Amino acid sequence: MELLRSIGISEPVLQFMLINAILGLSIYLTLFTGMFSLANAGFMAIGTYTGVILTQQFGLPLWGGLIGGMLLAGLIALPIGLPVLRLRDIYLAIATIGFGEIVRILILNFDPLVSSIVGQPIKMTYGALGISGIPQLTQTWHLVVFLIIISYCIARLHRSRFGRAMAAIRQDEQAAANMGINVVYVKNMVFILSAVLAAAAGVLKAHFARTIDPGDYGFSQAVDILAFAVLGGTTTFVGPIVGGFVLTAMPEILRDFKQYRGIINGVILLLVIVYLPGGLVNPAGWARLWQRLRGKSSFKPVEAETG
Amino acid sequence: MLELRQVSRLFGGLQALSQVDMTVPANKIVGLIGPNGAGKTTLINNISGLDHPTSGTIHMNGQPIQRAAPHQITRLGIARTYQNIRLFSEMTVLENLLISQHSQGKASALESLIFSGRYRREEQTLRENAAVLLKRFNLEHLAHLRAGTLPYGDQRRLEMARALAINPRLMLLDEPTAGMNPVETHELGTQILRLRDEGMTILVIEHDMSLIHQVCDEVYVLSFGQIIAHGTPEQIKNDTTVIEAYLGREDE
Repeated sequence: MELLRSIGISEPVLQFMLINAILGLSIYLTLFTGMFSLANAGFMAIGTYTGVILTQQFGLPLWGGLIGGMLLAGLIALPIGLPVLRLRDIYLAIATIGFGEIVRILILNFDPLVSSIVGQPIKMTYGALGISGIPQLTQTWHLVVFLIIISYCIARLHRSRFGRAMAAIRQDEQAAANMGINVVYVKNMVFILSAVLAAAAGVLKAHFARTIDPGDYGFSQAVDILAFAVLGGTTTFVGPIVGGFVLTAMPEILRDFKQYRGIINGVILLLVIVYLPGGLVNPAGWARLWQRLRGKSSFKPVEAETG
Repeated sequence: MLELRQVSRLFGGLQALSQVDMTVPANKIVGLIGPNGAGKTTLINNISGLDHPTSGTIHMNGQPIQRAAPHQITRLGIARTYQNIRLFSEMTVLENLLISQHSQGKASALESLIFSGRYRREEQTLRENAAVLLKRFNLEHLAHLRAGTLPYGDQRRLEMARALAINPRLMLLDEPTAGMNPVETHELGTQILRLRDEGMTILVIEHDMSLIHQVCDEVYVLSFGQIIAHGTPEQIKNDTTVIEAYLGREDE
């Protein structure tokens, strides 16, 4: 902890790092299944507002808010996923961005909307002001334990039938279907799991950041989540964790550079994308980069067999 | 075993398949030949559920499958290979064989978390089945290589092994000898005959007439989406309509 603090990583920064690692894992699930979905920020918003309203306004403990938020995000993910997951690639990305915007605007206008339906004034999301004074319930160890449990689950998932089906769908959806995999089921399940995970991260984050407003869950949050996975790499689940850590810690480590830190941050991200296209956690990518730096081509001549 | 009745498939204005009637009897090897663009792959796609006929019925052991999803058709015991190899190229050879046994497993992802007894027994069985197939297709030494890095011939054999791992009753082979030399083609023919002797039913699309003669019990000829001939390989070889479809009419 002392060492971390000396390079600018205080406990709050560490908490954000852990949260962003969880968010990175939530998009990793969909990316690993070949779905380019940017809906995670939207589900994070749904989960967070549900969780916060449950703890703050109904006095539930943290785990109550956590389960409530995860549950509602999962329930909403199903009817969204069924039609939207028929789309692919950039079309799926655009549709899911649209979903995120709808969620953000609905939360923004939630109070007058519900008031007009039930016929009496209601204060739940507090519109653009957002909710403040959220009880401080999340401890750092909660986050560490949660991240470890999720990592274990994902590691095991990769060695199960379901996890192999996910990888197969990413590589060739039609062939996967011909192997007896119910593609629609697997894709929707993964979409729901991803939504639930994003919701959990949101609830946990709100209970130490202590304020939330709809602007926190817009397009830029969706892209940030994607950046964690892209920087870290999606060849293994360790990638998004490292990506979330690095991208969160970097602005703090670079604090001495003051106003230039945003530029340095961007340059590092660019360098990684250009020279390590598989992300930071990708041994093959590092090997290739090493070869390039030493001025060797990757072509290895094979010696002719004699005798 | 497999019955196609009046199967038609329209792509916009293009009649890819036109009232195709076809029967694949159990434990027989049926060939399907035809010039390029005749609709052979469309037919296989319609049987395996990647595409659905515009009209007509397809029955597998009496069950209608013309509207079924691919995974349901696979579960009824129909496996296929592809004209252009479609392995899961980023996975190892072994993983490719584990994937195709998907529908034989029952253990959920949750069971893998707690290493339940059923999960461990199942993984064990999957690996044993895969080992048998690796041996049979001579791929043992390649088990842990990525499928995409294998030489062409090995990829072809892996695709056969992967289809077989589904444990099907009917196999659809879409040009299994494409790109093979005569020796390899003959070897594959021997493999196909061995499958039949073990009780498998096979529908094979092929250009290579030597393979058709080597293995097929009967042959259908498809041209411009229509069945123009049906008979034993010997009958087909001497059929004038077939010769015309392939080579054109002889003008005086």
